[in-house]
Parts: sequence; structure tokens; C-alpha cells
Amino acid sequence: MTELYINEKSSNKTIKYSKGKMYWGRFKHFLKELTHCRTAFLGAIIVLSFILVAIFASSISPHDPIKASIVNRLKPPFWIEGGNADYPLGTDEIGRDILSRIIYGGRISILVGLVTVGISGFIGTLLGSFAGYYRGRFDEILSRFSDLLLSFPYLIFAIFLMSIVGPGFFNLIVILCFKSWVNFFRLSRGEMISEKTKEYVEAAQALGESDIKIMFKEILPNIIHSILVLATLRVGYFIILEASLSFLGLGIQPPTPAWGSMINSGRAYMLSSWWVSTIPGIALLILVLSINLLGEGLRDILDPRLKLE
Amino acid sequence: MLKINNLHTSFFTYRGTVKAVDDISLELKEGEVLGLVGESGCGKSVTLLSILGLVPYPGKIIGGEVLFKGEDLLKKSSSEMRHYRGNKISMIFQDPMTTLNPVFYVGEQIREALKVHKHKKIFKRDEKEKVFQLIEDVGLPSPEETYYQYPYQLSGGMQQRILIAIALSCQPNLILADEPTTALDVTIQAQILDLLRKINKDVGTGIILVTHDLGVVAEFCQKVVVMYAGKMVETGLVDQIIYEPKHPYTQGLLKSIPKIGDRKNKIHSIPGDVPDLATLPEGCAFYPRCVKRMPECQKNEIPLKEVEKGWQVRCMLYKGL
Repeated sequence: MTELYINEKSSNKTIKYSKGKMYWGRFKHFLKELTHCRTAFLGAIIVLSFILVAIFASSISPHDPIKASIVNRLKPPFWIEGGNADYPLGTDEIGRDILSRIIYGGRISILVGLVTVGISGFIGTLLGSFAGYYRGRFDEILSRFSDLLLSFPYLIFAIFLMSIVGPGFFNLIVILCFKSWVNFFRLSRGEMISEKTKEYVEAAQALGESDIKIMFKEILPNIIHSILVLATLRVGYFIILEASLSFLGLGIQPPTPAWGSMINSGRAYMLSSWWVSTIPGIALLILVLSINLLGEGLRDILDPRLKLE
Repeated sequence: MLKINNLHTSFFTYRGTVKAVDDISLELKEGEVLGLVGESGCGKSVTLLSILGLVPYPGKIIGGEVLFKGEDLLKKSSSEMRHYRGNKISMIFQDPMTTLNPVFYVGEQIREALKVHKHKKIFKRDEKEKVFQLIEDVGLPSPEETYYQYPYQLSGGMQQRILIAIALSCQPNLILADEPTTALDVTIQAQILDLLRKINKDVGTGIILVTHDLGVVAEFCQKVVVMYAGKMVETGLVDQIIYEPKHPYTQGLLKSIPKIGDRKNKIHSIPGDVPDLATLPEGCAFYPRCVKRMPECQKNEIPLKEVEKGWQVRCMLYKGL
């Protein structure tokens, strides 16, 4: 067979772009869209500052979050009479600085949220992709199993399992992941099924690409946006769940500061010293609200179908 | 080069077995262009997909052989088949808009096609050069810019050229073109066909062109297979069939090509609808729509009859010849 080239002109011009530039261009475009969507931008800034505070907790926090001092117990925040700037958000029942505890507690919350979503998102997307692509027996079994898991209320399920395996950071992550991959599984499975019928997949098969490559290099980039939106929203959900479990004493154990257990410990002083449980609650509210705003904004930006409406 | 013998592909649906490809045999020599003609849903595309072993569920190839350079593709394992797809036999699809992956630069997609078949031994730094070359070969201007376009930034004709570049990337022996010009407007159609013709002439790539446009076939192909309801009804050289169609269906198809300047006569159409493949009647599937039908047509299976050398017709009219 003769050589393919029909006209033997070789192009020697300099190459101006690269693959990295493609992703950078998309990222810049994304940032531009994000700044246009005000609520999402606000959410992003607040979430980012929470993360920065959590990373630099040891240098930012004014006091040791674990050190108790009975003399300073139940001091109110600075704007209430009796409070002082030394403890800006007051102290709890054994005299620990609430601001420092919130800063360190944010570490736990964000870590739990991100790690859980990371692990369960990875597992769920992987299984969902295979199930949606190949269907058949594998898909049947996993789908019925996921239906089974979804039929339990999440919190009760988590309380049940946590009381069996016992509290602790590692156990908490395992229990949360045990069920949460299901959401990612169902989403990626559904998206995979609908994408698989598209012609570009058929074309990739006709090119001789392997199934794995079609799944993860052709289809996944087309569905990653909905997975990202789900992941963002789930981070907020897991932060709440971790706080609920810690509130019940099944999550992070004292003296490690966690927002849930802080809210719980202030319960008894609700009428006299409201700040002990209210302030961690507000921190939780702001963080989760911002994450949800960011998630909703991401959905608007990343899903072009919504833009048309 | 390619020889299909008695290929049968059926779809096993809830409503019953649909014989989408029923006893198709054809032969394509090196550098030849074969036209596969028929109405929508008569099994043209399924024939192509059967060659590549990509018949979608619930379809299944149930018999026959597909000999490509003497080797039966139907007996190959799926990993062996991958070696053929895109490499020795590549495919061009009908709708370029949906066939390109919307999230990647078109250049990256051509490059991906090069990378799939690694044994071609192209160095990484040469890949891009090769892609530019391919883009230029299919007649697109400024390859450097085209490389960094997303599919939606290109027009339909340009997208189809990109698809042809992808199909050409591994220098295949055979290109299966599934209605490559249907989604394009007429002037672009002519350009794309010219490009395919050029590839066929210059490189000697064999092409199977699926189309419902007999005008295209007359201009472009050497051989033609007319299909109806999964069966071949007429096959032969283009010069024979276009000027002297034997089968009433082929005659009807040829008559239904509109003529420019002819205002007096309405466009001819074949009455009736494409039959339901799940409930085909005994005998000739074209019987209900045929203008020359006879009572015998319904009795039993009509065999292909050779009327001249290499010219076969499946019709009772020629049974006595």
C-alpha cells in the first residue's frame, strides 16, 4: 500500500499550545463563571477560608484547645459584659477557649468530610462505571445491594454500626464510607448508561479502544461534572453527620475538639451560658451553608442544560 | 480483500427474532468502492457493525463468515478484534456532531486514535506533527489552529473531515462509511465525497459506502448491493444496475431521484412502508409494495438469480432466465 500522505507538506511552524493549556484554559473559564455567580463565589471564599484556618490552626488559635482552666470557666464572649478579648468567643464549662476549639474542630469536620467523600466517591464511581458500562449480573447484584443500603435511614444506620465497632476517627470514616459510596454508584451508573448509547462511544469502539479506556478516558470526562457537584454537596452532608454522631458521643471522642461534641457539652448550660453550644452550631451552619451554596453554583456552572433554561 | 459469505445477524427482541442481516454475501477487492443501498432500517448499518464485531445488544451474529485478507473475523477473540478496529478497518459515522467526544480538542482525538494502536511506533514528539499532517490531508486549513478547537467550534463538514482524519490515522485497508454525507448539506456532501474518492485513488483504500442516495453510488462506486428488509435484492456492477435495474425495488429507488428542472412531474415515491422486520411475510418482503407483483411471489423463498456475470437479482420476474 502506498504511503498515506496525500500532500507532502510538512508543517514546521512553532507549536503554541499544549494539553496543559487546554486544562488551564478551562480552569480560567471556570473561575470566570464562578465569579459571575455571586452566591457560589461567596460560598467558595468562605469554604476556602475555613480550609486555610484549619490548615494553619496551630499558628492561628490563641489558646491550647485542650488545656482547661477552672478559674476561667464559662466566660462569655467579648461583646457581653464579663467577657474579655483574651477569650473572644468565651470559654466552656471547664474553661477551654471556644475560638481555639472551633478552629481545631473545623480541622476534624473538614477532614472527615473530604476524606469520606474522597474514598466513597472513588469507590462509588469506579463500581458505578463498571456496572453501568457492562450491566448484567454484576450490575444487578450491586444495584440491589445499594437499594438495600438506601432503605436504611443514614443516621440510625451509622449509630447502629458505630455502637458496634466503637467510636474513633478511623471507625467513623469506615462507617460513613460504608454507605455513602451508594450515591456515587447510582449517579455514575446512571450517567454511564445514558452516555454509553452516544455515538462517540460507538466510534471509540470502532477505533479499537479498550473498554477501560472508553470508560475512563472517553466517558468519565463527560460525566465528571455531575459527580463533582454531588461530591461537593456530600461534603456538607458528612460534616453534619459527623457532628451528629459526635453530639451523640459516637464520633470523635473528647478531649479532641469536634463541633458536635462541643454542642453536646454545652447543652446543660443552654440557659445560663448559651454561647457554649450556640457558637459551634453557628460555625457548623456557616460552613455547611457555604458548601451547599458552592455546590449549587457548581451545578449551574457545570451543567450546560441548566443554562439554557 | 474483504469477502462476506452468508452473513446472518439477528436481534432477539421481546417481540421476536428480527433478522436484520439475512444472508448477505459480498466481495470487495483492494481499492474498490462498494455501495450499500437501501431504505432506513434495512440492515445496512448492522452489516457494517457486523464486520467490526460491534453489533449492539440484543443483536447477535448467528452465521456466516467475514473474511478479511483470508482470515475469518467472526472467529477472532475480542482483543484480537480490537487490533483490526480502527487499525486495518476503520469506520466513519453518520452524524459527526455526536461522534466526536464533546470535551476534548479535536486534535487530541486524532492523536488518541494514533495512540490506540501503539505498534505503529510513532514517537511522542512526532505524534503532533502526524496529526497536523492528517488535518492537512483531509483539507482543513491551518492545522495548528484546528488542533485546538472543540468539536462544537467546527462546522458539520469540518467535523466530518476530522472524523475522516481519525479513520485514516492508522492507514487502514478498508474504510466503512456509514452514510457519511447524510447529515451535511449538498455542497459539503460533494466535498466530502471528493475527499473519500481522493483517498481511494491515492492510497488505494477500499471503501464500503452505505447510503440511500443512488446518485452518489452512480458517481462513486464500482459495485453496488441493494438491500431490502435485511436481504440482498440486487447486486452487481454500478454500470449494469444504474442503467438497467432489474429488481422493481431498485427501479423504484432510481425513479425517486428528483430531477432538476422537472416541474411537471411529482417526485416518484415507492408506495407503502418499510415492512416490520419482526413479522415478515412468506416469500418476497417487497411484495406488498411491488408494482409487478405476481401470485407466485408470496409462495416461497426466492433465490438470488444470476442474470449476467456478477449481477444477481432476487425476483420472480427473472426466475426463468
